[in-house]
Amino acid sequence: MSQIRLGTNAVNTWCPGCGNFAILNAFKSALAELNAEGLPLENVVLVSGIGCHAKIVDYLSLNSFYSIHGRVTPAAEGIKLANPNIKVIGFAGDGDAYGEGIEHLIFAAKRNIDITMIIHNNRVYGLTTGQYTPTSPLGFKGRSTPFGTRELPVNPLELMLASGATFLARGTSHGSELLKKIFKAAILHKGFSLVDVLQVCFTYFNMYEYYDKHVYDLAEHDPQDYNQALNKIREWDYNSDSRIALGVFYKKEIPTFEERFLSKNKKAIDRDVKINEFLETSI
Amino acid sequence: MRNEFSLLIGGKAGFGIDKSGMILARIFNLLGLRLYVYRDYPSIIRGGHTFSIIRASENRIATHKDKIDFMLALNQDTFNFHKERLEDNSVVIYDADAVKVAGLSNPAKALGLPITNIVKAENASEVMRNTCIIGAFVKAGGIKWDILEKVLKKEFSKDIDLNLKVARRGYDESKESLRIRSASGKALPLLSGNQAISLGLVKAGLDVFIAYPMTPTSPILHFLAEVSEDFGFEVIHPESEIGVILMALGFSYMGKRVAVGTSGGGFCLMTEGLSFAGMSELPITIIVGQRPGPSTGLPTYSAQTELHFVITAGQGEFPRFVVAPGDAEEAYFWSSQAMNISWKYQVPAIILSDKNMGEGVFNFDIDSVHEIKQDAPYLWDKSSTYKRYQLAENGISALAFPPEKEAVIKINSYEHDEYGITTEDSGQAILMQNKRLAKERYMQNELEKLETVKVYGDKFAQISLLCWGSNKGVCIEAAEIFGLKVIQPLVFCPFPLEQFQKALNGVKKLVCVESNATGQLCQLIKTHGFHADEQILKYDGRPFSLDELEQKIRGIIK
Repeated sequence: MSQIRLGTNAVNTWCPGCGNFAILNAFKSALAELNAEGLPLENVVLVSGIGCHAKIVDYLSLNSFYSIHGRVTPAAEGIKLANPNIKVIGFAGDGDAYGEGIEHLIFAAKRNIDITMIIHNNRVYGLTTGQYTPTSPLGFKGRSTPFGTRELPVNPLELMLASGATFLARGTSHGSELLKKIFKAAILHKGFSLVDVLQVCFTYFNMYEYYDKHVYDLAEHDPQDYNQALNKIREWDYNSDSRIALGVFYKKEIPTFEERFLSKNKKAIDRDVKINEFLETSI
Repeated sequence: MRNEFSLLIGGKAGFGIDKSGMILARIFNLLGLRLYVYRDYPSIIRGGHTFSIIRASENRIATHKDKIDFMLALNQDTFNFHKERLEDNSVVIYDADAVKVAGLSNPAKALGLPITNIVKAENASEVMRNTCIIGAFVKAGGIKWDILEKVLKKEFSKDIDLNLKVARRGYDESKESLRIRSASGKALPLLSGNQAISLGLVKAGLDVFIAYPMTPTSPILHFLAEVSEDFGFEVIHPESEIGVILMALGFSYMGKRVAVGTSGGGFCLMTEGLSFAGMSELPITIIVGQRPGPSTGLPTYSAQTELHFVITAGQGEFPRFVVAPGDAEEAYFWSSQAMNISWKYQVPAIILSDKNMGEGVFNFDIDSVHEIKQDAPYLWDKSSTYKRYQLAENGISALAFPPEKEAVIKINSYEHDEYGITTEDSGQAILMQNKRLAKERYMQNELEKLETVKVYGDKFAQISLLCWGSNKGVCIEAAEIFGLKVIQPLVFCPFPLEQFQKALNGVKKLVCVESNATGQLCQLIKTHGFHADEQILKYDGRPFSLDELEQKIRGIIK
């Protein structure tokens, strides 16, 4: 691994034991390897939303777009379309991407735009001090639901598969090596990729033990096979006590949005001449 | 001696009334006349009542009148709804197979043709009744057939032979009844305000236009999409207005000149992005086309109700540029300037339009537009470590765009330090807020060099009309009748204090004319220490006609 310095002088304010450290470290390792393999760091732009996850961009000395709650995806899309050579990586929380910004996520998957979304899915709102999110289990007691939630969680990977995402994976914050591998694969994937990271919020929803007991690595799984992917994704519904698979569920290469989009001839056009031509035809 | 006239063509939505209005306008344009087209249509795709009023004159105009000289009626509603507009000498041309005219003061001026039957006999589609009635009108107005032929050939790429045939039948069966005289003016391009705004953005180097459809600015989305390949820029229609503005800010971060378009409702959704642009200092140009609210309101009509909204929208305090053009030339010039200003000062720039401004059709004289100066944005010169929010006296930090080998470019919606890293430090918070607000003062000083408040009419008159946006044209004409002055502020943010003060010199009575119910400009000038004596307000979604405003002014000045 090359000795690149990715840190900043910002003081890290995540709680001790926060799953975000694992994401930060795995991402640094993944990026260092990609850099060693030829990805210039200036070609990377990070986008984040608002929430504990989002602080990650302050801790990385890389181009970054610290946006607003729920809006990581459209900002990332604009950056990618502005220059398709840029590797755009969006970090978002589950409240951020699956709640406030779900509409954008569905459309980005539908477009198969070549961006990577890393979801810090701790299944609780941390920064606003402990409310339920779209992936909290039924009956979750949060500060807005002291008697327990009355709604089932969404299975974000199933939703993303249905929306047209072409790379879907899951990791946990107790598995840095696997996380690094998944991040690398997601970033290298040509098309819309999403990694759902079961990132533990040590303060408001400590699931370390639960996940350790339930997770297993996907093996003998063909990620090219849509039906296999769907079955594996449906195995755990974010609510029941079933096994939780980790790894790459689905991967398919199809044309991306920006390929279909940026097909225009790019020769220099004299706009004043064009405007005058248009005015002539408007008489 | 007639040196101007008005024509109304009406029918149901789906009849092609809009297209016919443009054909007629082009005919008058070739006669050297100056034009204004008002389009009135309901929010439905088929049915209802839709009409266009085309007013032509030897002089420049930008408003319509209540009374008409020609009515082209393709259905009974057109005659029934608009017969009060007819005068003794007005000519009514109608489809005798579909319309009964009764109660005319001068029945001799009614000209009924069996248009439905003519179209049937020629095996033409029903929509070609338009072409037929236009043919009949051209003869009635004493206009040469050649001119109609020329315009039709330009307007119709398919079925041109059939259109010409149907038009000729109308022409042959008609008779001259009111001769339209040509004028000496050079035929000028006819542009909608929306097209003029679009071309201004193109001129300013538009790289990408992003919008979610919403009346009355959808035509900008359609027009720019149509010409995007030819002019070399991109047009995107994403999932929502929230998606629109965030995607746009992504482009802006990458150094792309980006504009978005919407109306009040869509702008509501954009305000979180607007505030984000203010904090992160990402340049963006936003077109807001006003229509009557609250909420869905009267979606296909017009209003001037978002002045306060666009000036104050978004949480927190941050500088912005707001301009409201009043005709096609101003739309072209100021939309171009707005984009340049947004990049120079790294602020959001808002172009406030409305349905009448955007969808009204004007003559466009590019030679009368001031030279558009394009100041390059302040770019990083690589001489020292890059800091996206480096403090500066004028508040403007150097821009750099990824990929940039020597720089790490961080923008942030949180309060941040010079590098763009989040901070909650009290000293930093003050420094950064002062930095952002400094840009406004600097922008204000520079704007005093441009004509941000215009004065028309009798510059020494003691009574002055005060108007903004699309009411400019009607106010100028009404002021002429009474020998009044007209003051039209174009820029509202930052407010052009000096120029406004100067424009008020010698004015004893200020009459504010607005298309809203609460007098928004009147209130705005009050906050700057000025006072309007009278208000003329209209809020039924329809524009002031010249006659209507004339009457209102008469009531006030006695």
